Amino acid sequence: MSAGPDRACARWGAADMFGKLTLNAIPFDQPIPLVAGALVFLVLLAVIGWVIVRGHLPYLWHEWITSVDHKRIGVMYTILGLVMLLRGFVDAIMMRSQQALAFRAPGYLPPEHYDQVFSAHGTIMIFFAAMPLMIGLMNFAVPLQLGVRDVAFPTFNSTSFWLTATGALLVNISLVIGEFSRAMWLPYPPLSELRYSPGVGVDYYLWSLQISGVGTLLTGINFVTTILKIRAPGMSYLRMPVFCWTALAANLLIIAAFPVLTATLGMLLLDRYLGFHFFTNAAGGNMMMFVNLIWAWGHPEVYILVLPAFGIFSEVIATFSGKPLFGYRSMVAATMAICLISFLVWLHHFFTMGAGGDVNAVFGIATAIIAVPTGVKIFNWMFTMYGGRVRFATPMLWALGFTVTFVIGGMTGVLLSVPPADFLVHNSLFLVAHFHNVIIAGVLFGAFAGITYWFPKAFGFRLHEGWGKAAFWFSFAGFYVTFVPLYAVGLLGMTRRLQTYDVAAWRPWVLAAGVGILVLCIALACQVMQFIVSIRQRDSLRDVTGDPWNGRSLEWSTASPPPHFNYAVLPNVQGEEPYWHIKRRAIETQQLAAEPDYKPIEMPRNSPTGFITAFFCTITGFALIWHIWWLVGLGIFGAYVVFVWFAWRDREEYVIPAEEVARADRARRRVREQWLAQNAREEWLAAHLQTGRPT
Amino acid sequence: MKKSAAGASDGTRRGGLLIAAKRAGVLVLGAATLGGCAKGVLQPKGPIGVADAKILLDAVGIMSAIVVPTIVALLVIGFWFRASNTRARYQPSFVYSGRLEIIVWSLPVLVIMFLGGLTWIGAHELDPYQPIASNSKDPPLQIQVISLDWKWLFIYPQQRIATVNELEIPAGTSVHFYLTSASVMNQFFVPQLGSMIATMNGMRTQLFLEADRPGNYYGLSAQYSGDGFSGMHFTVHAVTQSDFQQWVADTQKSGPVLDRNGYFDLLRESCDVRPFSYRSADPTLFAAVVKRQLPPGPGPYVGRAGPGVRAVGCG
Repeated sequence: MSAGPDRACARWGAADMFGKLTLNAIPFDQPIPLVAGALVFLVLLAVIGWVIVRGHLPYLWHEWITSVDHKRIGVMYTILGLVMLLRGFVDAIMMRSQQALAFRAPGYLPPEHYDQVFSAHGTIMIFFAAMPLMIGLMNFAVPLQLGVRDVAFPTFNSTSFWLTATGALLVNISLVIGEFSRAMWLPYPPLSELRYSPGVGVDYYLWSLQISGVGTLLTGINFVTTILKIRAPGMSYLRMPVFCWTALAANLLIIAAFPVLTATLGMLLLDRYLGFHFFTNAAGGNMMMFVNLIWAWGHPEVYILVLPAFGIFSEVIATFSGKPLFGYRSMVAATMAICLISFLVWLHHFFTMGAGGDVNAVFGIATAIIAVPTGVKIFNWMFTMYGGRVRFATPMLWALGFTVTFVIGGMTGVLLSVPPADFLVHNSLFLVAHFHNVIIAGVLFGAFAGITYWFPKAFGFRLHEGWGKAAFWFSFAGFYVTFVPLYAVGLLGMTRRLQTYDVAAWRPWVLAAGVGILVLCIALACQVMQFIVSIRQRDSLRDVTGDPWNGRSLEWSTASPPPHFNYAVLPNVQGEEPYWHIKRRAIETQQLAAEPDYKPIEMPRNSPTGFITAFFCTITGFALIWHIWWLVGLGIFGAYVVFVWFAWRDREEYVIPAEEVARADRARRRVREQWLAQNAREEWLAAHLQTGRPT
Repeated sequence: MKKSAAGASDGTRRGGLLIAAKRAGVLVLGAATLGGCAKGVLQPKGPIGVADAKILLDAVGIMSAIVVPTIVALLVIGFWFRASNTRARYQPSFVYSGRLEIIVWSLPVLVIMFLGGLTWIGAHELDPYQPIASNSKDPPLQIQVISLDWKWLFIYPQQRIATVNELEIPAGTSVHFYLTSASVMNQFFVPQLGSMIATMNGMRTQLFLEADRPGNYYGLSAQYSGDGFSGMHFTVHAVTQSDFQQWVADTQKSGPVLDRNGYFDLLRESCDVRPFSYRSADPTLFAAVVKRQLPPGPGPYVGRAGPGVRAVGCG
């Protein structure tokens, strides 16, 4: 069958009913994806079967799938991120093992498969692991920290999540139906054009990113609106926790950058589907326009990922040092400075284009300037620990591991911003080591810190410390054993994405990195064990007080897990670190604040809009990939019907009566009174004995 | 280890802290040299490579001066102020200090200003389009480079010969490369000679390199370009001027002819192509490729919709 884009729509024969889709699309000749796909399919089937047989389906539908509760959506985002992290990690294992075996040998992955593996690894890790993890944690924590009941547009939020899940699903469908892109995680034309990539792989990539990109943009709009317009009384901008500031910066970047991504990929789609020639070799197309545009999104993207992580570390380091964050205003200024400068540096991704000394120097220096606010953050975290009482709980270990490792990644990053140095290591494994250094140490450690930190808030019990610490130490060691050799072999001239190589000097380093990934496998096993053991021992790990870490921001003032409405009465914020001051006052006066006047609360009703829209988007995306035009029409029509149905809804809110609110809050107050009676006195005494002077 | 030692001795001129920092930084980089048997960017064999590597090591040294103490301080402060240490003084009100703020902002600013100067000068002096100020009286040798799916074509317009996946150059004479791509993007890179540069269809880039001494240097594409990408490596033979002339004379005697038809054969996808040479090459070919007067590489012949879209000749 020819790969012409317009063949399927030419006429309506029986053969064209399914566009380009035939039985050939199932890779019977490639056992690895087929077996993996079948295994995943069986596991999915088993889970769904179990859910139905045990009668959990209604619960799942009402409490999770249709939920518009930011906490539930946050948890679902995080689970999606963790599952996709696992998928991306399997790709990583395949890449490292292939390179370990491929010295003067073909290895076990032929190029057409290996090329899909590394393209999928990058795509999945950035878009479907890192992004959902960060957005999930923002979803969970930001409204709680702001002292409000939900985000600005709860149904939007649900839609965002399900559209992201659609993208992840499409990428994974490509495992068994057709193929995935072989044109890298950023599909540089002309390689990604129809001429050089006639298969459906690039289309899978493009449509899954277009659909999930809409979801991400909606998230950005949602969170910027929430942070700017919906905060607890008294929560002025400069009283917001730093995590809210970094979330604001990240979502501003999403709003500014994701339309660029959508437009850029849209142009590539026009090239591929309708014979345009924005980036083709023919008819005046220019690939470097794509490269410029994609990095105009791509560089802010790394800050979209790492800024929320910076926020998490700020919360964690302050909490576990028993001190407010040092230089709060400086941190805010640094965050916003990074937000701005991150848009002015994209060209450093292609210094070797030959743009000339002036252009390269300007972008190189702009890049180095980002190191200034980032360095300020590192110093402020250091001074936060100074004079504190540092408790090395798991989140704090992730944070400390991050600071040390990220400094090294930052240094190699600035090194790459010096054009003549970049001319030696551009696209090499040195570069690969650099961005894994900042993304693993920054984003992934941040996600794990955030997950262990907020897990008791979300589920009412803590994660097992022993397995958590084991996971940290193996991740920490595994990272260095994997990526220090890649730095070294990059300096030996080894470029990235090699399916096979014949330079003997590279081999020991490639093998060492292969050992490193084994250590990371152990870390992964510890993570999984951490969840299993914690769930089994949840009764002994129970957090009854709602404040397991002696926290400082508002989310710790409500119960764990919080009620749907988060706060019985919206807190009245009177300074930075509001909950810390509430606690101090309670301890000093030996009583909780007076019981508030409980009023009924209006909450948004659950809605299946997001799920059903995403269902039709999945169909549309799949049909577009395979050129099944009638199904495209059907999918778009379905999605539009859902939109109309949602727009004409009668009731959007339900009311929680004042008695129920009062009942929930009185239970929380009882627990807090017990805590006050038992612990407060000793803690107060200990605090004053420690400093040696009464206050 | 040779270059690492040289890097450290550069540092001695810059005072105490910097030496220590530089040594620490160089130690990591030096590990890559594996006792000198390896041939990476830190064992440069030409003026561009030497200058690039010097900037790389200088930048590491400058940054290590702040990075290494910071890492140490982070660990020491975290450890000393552990909750169980009764000797550490708890100062919960230590949350702001104007003096410290000035220091934490100005310290990175100073480093980046210093590094910014290095960047500005380096980016201009080592711009790939800058001719090399050579001692040699010979004018630069011109070589036209075309990246194809998946091999390198090197045309010597003055000698009217061409080679595939093999590059012969005279040592001690600078080489002026003109580069383009017949299909997708690649990067032309000889790690031991220095700077790499992109090859792009419809565009022409330039690069000056020089090998100090005769020797064989590994070259490769540093930009993934499709299924046959891993095979896009070549050897650079740097020889004496007289050996080079001899090689040119020998090459002109045998081998196929690179005219338009020969070029179309080369344009088709093929992998792991053994090096060979053309006894005669059309010197107008390169310009025709850049101006897109010749069609770009055809890509894979048959595109099945499914997973089997395979390049011809690759496995």
